[in-house]
Amino acid sequence: MSTSNYETVIGLEVHVELHTQSKIFCGCSTSFGAPPNTHTCPICLGHPGVLPVLNRQAVEYAMKAAMALNCTIGDISKFDRKNYFYPDSPKAYQISQYDQPIGLNGWIDIEVNGETKRIGITRLHLEEDAGKLTHVDGGYASLVDFNRVGTPLVEIVSEPEISSPEEAKAYLEKMRAIMQYCDVSDVKMEEGSLRCDANISLRPHGQKELGTKAELKNMNSFRGVQRGLEYEQYRQAEILDEGGVIVQETRRWDEAQGKTLSMRGKEEAHDYRYFPDPDLVRVHISDEWKEAVRSTIPELPDARKARYAAEYGLPDYDAGVITSSKAMADFFEDSLKYTQDAKSVSNWIMGELMGYLNANNLELPQVKITGQGLGEMIGLIEKGTISTKIAKTVFKAMLDSGKLPQQIVEEQGLVQISDEGAIKSIVEQVVANNPQSVEDYKAGKQKAIGFLVGQVMKESKGKANPALANKLLVDVLNS
Amino acid sequence: MSLFDYKLTEIHNKLHDKELSVSDLVDEAFRKIGERDEKVQAYITLNEEGARTQGKKLDDKLVSGEERGLLFGLPAGIKDNIVTEGLRTTCASQFLSNFNPVYDATVVSKLRAADAVTIGKLNMDEFAMGGSNENSSFYPVRNPWNLERVPGGSSGGSAAAVAAGEAFFTLGSDTGGSIRQPASYCGVVGLKPTYGLVSRFGLVAFASSLDQIGPLTKNVEDSAYVLQAIAGYDGMDSTSAKVEIPDYVSALNGDVSGLRIAVPKEYLGEGVDAGVKETVLSALKVLESLGAVWEEVSLPHTEYAVATYYLLASSEASSNLARFDGVRYGQRVDHIGSLLDLYHESRTQGFGDEVKRRIMLGTYALSSGYYDAYYLKAQKVRTLIKRDFDQVFEKYDVIIGPTAPTTAFKLGAQVDDPLTMYLNDILTIPVSLAGVPAISVPCGFADGMPVGLQIIGKAFDESTVLRTAHAYEQNTDHHKRRPEL
Repeated sequence: MSTSNYETVIGLEVHVELHTQSKIFCGCSTSFGAPPNTHTCPICLGHPGVLPVLNRQAVEYAMKAAMALNCTIGDISKFDRKNYFYPDSPKAYQISQYDQPIGLNGWIDIEVNGETKRIGITRLHLEEDAGKLTHVDGGYASLVDFNRVGTPLVEIVSEPEISSPEEAKAYLEKMRAIMQYCDVSDVKMEEGSLRCDANISLRPHGQKELGTKAELKNMNSFRGVQRGLEYEQYRQAEILDEGGVIVQETRRWDEAQGKTLSMRGKEEAHDYRYFPDPDLVRVHISDEWKEAVRSTIPELPDARKARYAAEYGLPDYDAGVITSSKAMADFFEDSLKYTQDAKSVSNWIMGELMGYLNANNLELPQVKITGQGLGEMIGLIEKGTISTKIAKTVFKAMLDSGKLPQQIVEEQGLVQISDEGAIKSIVEQVVANNPQSVEDYKAGKQKAIGFLVGQVMKESKGKANPALANKLLVDVLNS
Repeated sequence: MSLFDYKLTEIHNKLHDKELSVSDLVDEAFRKIGERDEKVQAYITLNEEGARTQGKKLDDKLVSGEERGLLFGLPAGIKDNIVTEGLRTTCASQFLSNFNPVYDATVVSKLRAADAVTIGKLNMDEFAMGGSNENSSFYPVRNPWNLERVPGGSSGGSAAAVAAGEAFFTLGSDTGGSIRQPASYCGVVGLKPTYGLVSRFGLVAFASSLDQIGPLTKNVEDSAYVLQAIAGYDGMDSTSAKVEIPDYVSALNGDVSGLRIAVPKEYLGEGVDAGVKETVLSALKVLESLGAVWEEVSLPHTEYAVATYYLLASSEASSNLARFDGVRYGQRVDHIGSLLDLYHESRTQGFGDEVKRRIMLGTYALSSGYYDAYYLKAQKVRTLIKRDFDQVFEKYDVIIGPTAPTTAFKLGAQVDDPLTMYLNDILTIPVSLAGVPAISVPCGFADGMPVGLQIIGKAFDESTVLRTAHAYEQNTDHHKRRPEL
């Protein structure tokens, strides 16, 4: 049994919450984390008689997002009702867009294993979010929080052009970066401001028709998306290998069990009875409006990546990693206001900073270090004020305190000793205390010098200029 | 003579001259309700305490000489599908028999700003679905001219309360004729404004693309005053029109000389009662004598209007009424196993037959596989019907015909025959589909029951509609007759 017998076809539906001040059809706040049902009013609660009024900011954010995804923006957009009964939907319909969405026919480029691939985007439409259900007492009761209901969402549907779970993850990462750059969403999967459903099917290599698909839900992290798709790919391949038939159904990714479970079959699929919402008027989008919104789109990740490679000579890989998050790219550029050495900034980011963030499962804004701090620290290394080794200590202190390197160096007395006399006396002391190593060195064991330099650094509490210490040691030993 | 036989300006003069207080007006309303409503059954909920308190406040205003609103002191009844904060709003459905809204409809706020006094909430067909008021969950309204007959619907309570002197004026809502047809049956003036002229915010939606709130009054001038108070753009209603509101009362100059009237042959054809037809023709003679000219025209798509309407209105209703699920407000059934059972049982028990019939019809019309054949087709026909009106209005100022093909029928006569019942709206529905304004004004009697003359105008040209109706009314006495109760 092997998944390599088949071609995998994946399409993703991504939901992105727009971080407007107020909800899409009423004036309630959209902020996350308030006590349940405190950000509600008769309108978002769907009381009898209420009417929706469209939030212009939400339309502009959706236009901006659609433009950043290379979509065509229609001249007219309209809203439709998607009818379904569920306690998270107080009107029993969701206001969404059916046949005239904000954006159509876009694309984004992703990179996997050094190869660039273009993934088509079918459409981007604007809609309202539902409330949040919490099931309690082992299913005895469900609690509804309507704070989220009416938060503006865009749904972004990709073409079925994603060929592996890895590509799916790359697509999501690129999507997140673009939304971040556009500043239309917090795009935090853990807070639900970025959500992803996937359609996945397999077909034998060379077959034209698509295989039967499964729709995958409840993947709550980037890793979850990749793992869920990997599991599903494996599951479907196994069925096909055994000559079985894939059932069209909706499946739920169970993170704890590490597998997908059937939720409902095709025959239970909803008929949403879409029709134009008579409470809302068509949105006419003039060329002037489009251009005004387009002018607010900043340099996007691909453009920045290319610029970093061209302007600073960064390797493609490094430029890609740094620009995959807007905060990181901004941090990079902030650092360069304080040092010319872009390669060094990149190395510190790729090494120490990413390492620390990954190890502690943190995002850049959660640590206190600033671009200015890193830039100035590199300046201190260049001037010889601190060694690279000391710099690591300074870097750690900056992560925790956000203080500038000069202050840290002064407070902790970390200035590098470059005074020849001071180092020479330590060297002489080390030579006197380690006759065996001296003998080894003189017998031709070059390695012994490393040990002796280490001793000098230790004696100086790491502050001795290592190059100077090395030179003076050699002088003393050879004298 | 009742105090409510005076017109608005006369009442205001009496208040000004201290011959009358607002409390007297409020007393009059509740006295009449006390005497008559047991028979008429126009009200569902009374606001007696609130009305008396407000009446006293307004009397203070009268003494202090503060500026007075356009509808100062006038006792108003409000159809029970228009939400009133803290005052029970049922839509004449047992589903909402315990529902107290947490906000006021825009028109309710406007009435308050105009210093009108809310007397109570008026009976209607459940969720405004029906043309006889027999679909009220609670009790049917009866026609003050003959208690054996229906008052029309769905704003039957609104029309009957005015006819019976149980309110100075009322608000109704019209989706396919629900203001005009009961006004016609009860011998009062009922105006359906242009779609978008009066805010729908706070009107419990039946069919959102058709619903429109309007006044029911005893005469045209009062209708113009109430319209003045409730018309205008509302930022809470996206379908509300940004148009300048003219002075409707000053348009009532009595001059209809040279007015070009179109009379659609379809409105006086088959199915229209001979007595109704005769009455309408004599009304046209009156207008002719005042210098207006009329010609027969055709609105060729009239015959498709009823089918179109029942598809579109029911489709919208099926979605609008989905929020009534027993979870957040309204009646909820007890001892329920699952979520689906809760929805199912609450809706089964909560809604009446006609409401269920329309929800099912609309759900079907919107269903996958049927949408194009029903909903979409109906939208296209709606466009054709609207075009019929546009074409006629290129050459004519108003369109005139009967409001309803017959006079009020007997209670129970059509209950088991929904299709015949739907045909009562055949002359009002096309107007609703076109979104244009129309008034029903009393134009005589046939077999002892009132007949209504329907005057239809161009979009946002309520002034011409009112001017025509007023000129006609001032040259006849029909509006002065009162039912004996």
